Amino acid sequence: MTTTEIEQLAKKEYKYGFVTEIESETFPPGLNEDVIRAISAKKDEPQWLLDWRLKAFATWQKMEEPDHWPQLKYTPTPYNEISYYSSPKKKDGPKSLEEVDPKLLETYEKLGIPLNERARLAGVAVDAVFDSVSVVTTFKDTLKKAGVIFCPISEAVRDYPELVQKYLGSVVPHSDNFFAALNSAVFTDGSFVYIPKGVRCPMELSTYFRINEASTGQFERTLIVAEEASYVSYLEGCTAPMRDENQLHAAVVELVAHDDAKIKYSTVQNWYPGDEDGKGGIYNFVTKRGKCAGRNSHISWTQVETGSAVTWKYPSCILQGDNSVGEFYSVALTNNYQQADTGTKMVHIGKNTKSTIISKGISAGKGQNTYRGLVKIMKGAENSRNYTQCDSLLIGDRCGAHTFPYIDVRNTSSTVEHEASTSKIAEDQLFYVQQRGLDLENAVSLIVNGFCKEVFRELPMEFAVEATKLLAVSLEGSVG
Amino acid sequence: MLEIKDLHVNVNGKPILKGLNLTMGEGEVHCIMGPNGSGKSTLSQVLAGRDAYEITGGSVTFRGKDLLEQEPHERAGEGLFLAFQYPVEIPGVSGNQFLRAALNAVRQYRGEDELDAAQMMKVFRERAKQAKIDLASLKRSVNEGFSGGEKKRNEMLQMAILEPRLAVLDEVDSGLDIDALKIVSDAVNAMRSAQRSFLVITHYQRLLNHIVPDHIHVLVDGQIVKSGGKELALELEEKGYAWVEEHTNTVAG
Ligand SMILES: Nc1ncnc2c1ncn2[C@@H]1O[C@H](COP(=O)(O)OP(=O)(O)O)[C@@H](O)[C@H]1O
Ligand SMILES: [Mg+2]
Repeated sequence: MTTTEIEQLAKKEYKYGFVTEIESETFPPGLNEDVIRAISAKKDEPQWLLDWRLKAFATWQKMEEPDHWPQLKYTPTPYNEISYYSSPKKKDGPKSLEEVDPKLLETYEKLGIPLNERARLAGVAVDAVFDSVSVVTTFKDTLKKAGVIFCPISEAVRDYPELVQKYLGSVVPHSDNFFAALNSAVFTDGSFVYIPKGVRCPMELSTYFRINEASTGQFERTLIVAEEASYVSYLEGCTAPMRDENQLHAAVVELVAHDDAKIKYSTVQNWYPGDEDGKGGIYNFVTKRGKCAGRNSHISWTQVETGSAVTWKYPSCILQGDNSVGEFYSVALTNNYQQADTGTKMVHIGKNTKSTIISKGISAGKGQNTYRGLVKIMKGAENSRNYTQCDSLLIGDRCGAHTFPYIDVRNTSSTVEHEASTSKIAEDQLFYVQQRGLDLENAVSLIVNGFCKEVFRELPMEFAVEATKLLAVSLEGSVG
Repeated sequence: MLEIKDLHVNVNGKPILKGLNLTMGEGEVHCIMGPNGSGKSTLSQVLAGRDAYEITGGSVTFRGKDLLEQEPHERAGEGLFLAFQYPVEIPGVSGNQFLRAALNAVRQYRGEDELDAAQMMKVFRERAKQAKIDLASLKRSVNEGFSGGEKKRNEMLQMAILEPRLAVLDEVDSGLDIDALKIVSDAVNAMRSAQRSFLVITHYQRLLNHIVPDHIHVLVDGQIVKSGGKELALELEEKGYAWVEEHTNTVAG
């Protein structure tokens, strides 16, 4: 096999692995107070934010990296050898598409995310984050008319400081955990969404994250606030070039839903998973948490995790308002040497709160897949309910699936229901599908899709199609 | 269109088919009858390309090509369809989704354009109507929670939609009440044509009151021991398989 043939094969497996040649401004590697001051200065931040960052940094320095998780094995990131800020060079921040570097637009075209508003499929506004900064946000005007704020968080700090100051860190405190503390100290960009009272956001909002530069980490911060009786559906996608070294992605996402508001947050995570020998790939250590602050509020997480070398992620809901609802729908796929330790936490505080957890883990190759979930029902959360369903599907016999449900119920009027299953793709199922004309890989992918159906149907249409394709690509070579 | 010559097949090292010969022409309906354990399902699975069966001798030619060389999906692409004795459940995959994927896969194999969802629906409706089978089952997950009769009917619906050149029906009649049997056999009869052959496998003569074959073969202990016209079925019904075993005439169909 020639080199180009091999390259083509590799590309087939992870088609987003290219690097954009673009001039960028990248901080020298290393992390100390001066770096944090420099990031803050780059972004013209107010003093309160710099203080907050420094406080987080001080906290982080005293914390220990949780690299002893029983189900995860990885080499911790050398925090002093990576860069904490990288941005495509530009004169001023782009005000409109015309000012965006064409190479960047091309990159997003290649990724299937055309930022050109006319070319975009109607109904989705996009914020594109390239390495550390947001390069463009589409449909700003349409959203403005509806009163919706959707912009890079650095812009929000400048334009809506009271809102940011009020909510930043209100769901995930700067001291929450090792990676959240690190993120709080060095976060560079991410999206800010604010839906005013009574507004149903007129389109899906979407942020697309791309790591390009080598030896950088990506630390974005997303904050979504839904005021009383508002609704928003938000989508998040991500990719990175193929590189031999591991790269760190440590994001924080905070959601706040007030009375009668609903936030639907969907992720299709496709960071570079490393090669088939386990070399390279993204460490995806993410803290996502939503607070159902108001009565009858509703937060729904849907995630399809197919990428990353190591995933450590537990999108959670704090069900504080009475009658609030939290949902978690997850598909996590691990192939080759990928490891995923993912799940959710549902903390019931308000009365009559309800949570649903549907987790589908798929392991192939030597992939290790762990579901770790906590359902906590506090004393005052009378008449609360949780339903948890954890299904694991094994492809081949070198992979593993593990389930750790922690349940803590502190009153007698609440009910918790847990169902779990582990299955293999049966040979007779595969043969049946092949007999009808599908080749082995398509047969596997069809069966896996069926296994994930309860999660896929929660995804917005466009994303569901992408997720289906992604699973097929991620499973290539996993059987036969 | 199908020529099986001196086929020997082992399962777990044990010989199951022991020199089976069978020749079928275009548009012909052949029936294989035989007692339980004689190797009927083995034959159907081997034709469809199941892995677990070891072919120790002989050859199978299907529409001019070596069938045994082909992957299961290629055989489907060539026009081979197997109605399973025990159809398999595929949770979460709707019948519509399944058949759209299947029909597009065989179309692609044959170098035909893929159909979009709307074109598919039209094809499904036409073909189901022709085979007089209700399409409602396609909304449900494939075979999941289906009764025995529903499963068999669903196999016939898939056959109608995929329009095979050779349909192998492995005990489509087992476990059916008379109404279900009628639906299944009506579908087969509606689909009979000069371009389509059927290999109907059954244990019971009853099915042949509804599907009248051109030829009948009796399979005993891995070999076809007797072949004849449709009247052979009545003889079998009357005298039982033991009678054939005693009067073996080792014919190549
Ligand atoms: N997968 C298998 N593993 C072990 N034995 C099998 C298998 N399939 C078939 N056999 C054996 O092969 C013989 C023929 O079976 P089969 O082809 O199913 O017969 P029929 O369909 O005529 O009832 C039987 O003795 C059966 O036990
Ligand atoms: Mg049988």
